Amino acid sequence: MKSAVIVFPGSNCDRDLAVAIRDVIGGTPAMVWHRETALPDGVGLIAVPGGFSYGDYLRSGAMAARSPIMRAVADAAAKGVPVLGICNGFQILTEAGLLPGALMRNAGLSFVCRDVALRVDNSQSAFTSRYHAGEAIRLPVAHHDGNYTADPATLDRLEGEGRIAFRYGETVNGSARDIAGILNDAGNVLGMMPHPERLIEAAQGGTDGRRLFQGLLETVG
Amino acid sequence: MKTRVYVTLKGGVLDPQGKAIHHALEGLGFAGVNDVRAGKLIELDLADSVSDGDVDAMCKKLLANTVIENYRIERIG
Repeated sequence: MKSAVIVFPGSNCDRDLAVAIRDVIGGTPAMVWHRETALPDGVGLIAVPGGFSYGDYLRSGAMAARSPIMRAVADAAAKGVPVLGICNGFQILTEAGLLPGALMRNAGLSFVCRDVALRVDNSQSAFTSRYHAGEAIRLPVAHHDGNYTADPATLDRLEGEGRIAFRYGETVNGSARDIAGILNDAGNVLGMMPHPERLIEAAQGGTDGRRLFQGLLETVG
Repeated sequence: MKTRVYVTLKGGVLDPQGKAIHHALEGLGFAGVNDVRAGKLIELDLADSVSDGDVDAMCKKLLANTVIENYRIERIG
């Protein structure tokens, strides 16, 4: 499957994400610079990596969300192409309006950088099909702005429609309803603060992130 | 024309930075501070041809995230 990793000035998880896609899904992802206006033909997966795009100027993800390539990403998402946004990628997808809500400064004000307990809420999506609903996993987080917020009606809708993919199993950042990752209404866009690409082989200390990419391989590969 | 855009968190949205500033003021011994909210001030130098509607569009499209923030435009000539 052809895939693309979007690269912004200040992205720093783009290489890790490309390696995870290459090793687990296969193929070498196209690294697409944010100034591009089109994605490679036939792309079946778009990944928006973590980092500090534009130095988090104005708001995390705000400038990157208005980059030229994001119009092409939105068009592809509307056609059903899976889009995975991790950490800063999640912030960019909310700023771009591809996911509801916003990610605010952590409630404790601290940058949180450690492995955290998570619960898989929805195991039916293209991204989570290799997990079990309710399963407890651990993934690393590394963020300052991961405090998910949305109005109560939006939060109720996310819960009612099964669009909360992952929740924190411990206190991390003050996120509304412990939300760590959400899906769009069509289920083909996932934004999450934890980093599955950092735990894909035993040498990294665990493999809980690997199944996300294996799930993608099965459902869209 | 100089224009100022004030961006503030909506009421009810938790403002951890405001809370931290509040605690720091109390730590310095300032009494009577009931609450602190932190925001942003963005100054724009605009051509006369830029309309109020254009500035409003700038706020909605980029300067503020209306999910969590309010904005107020002040044209100061």
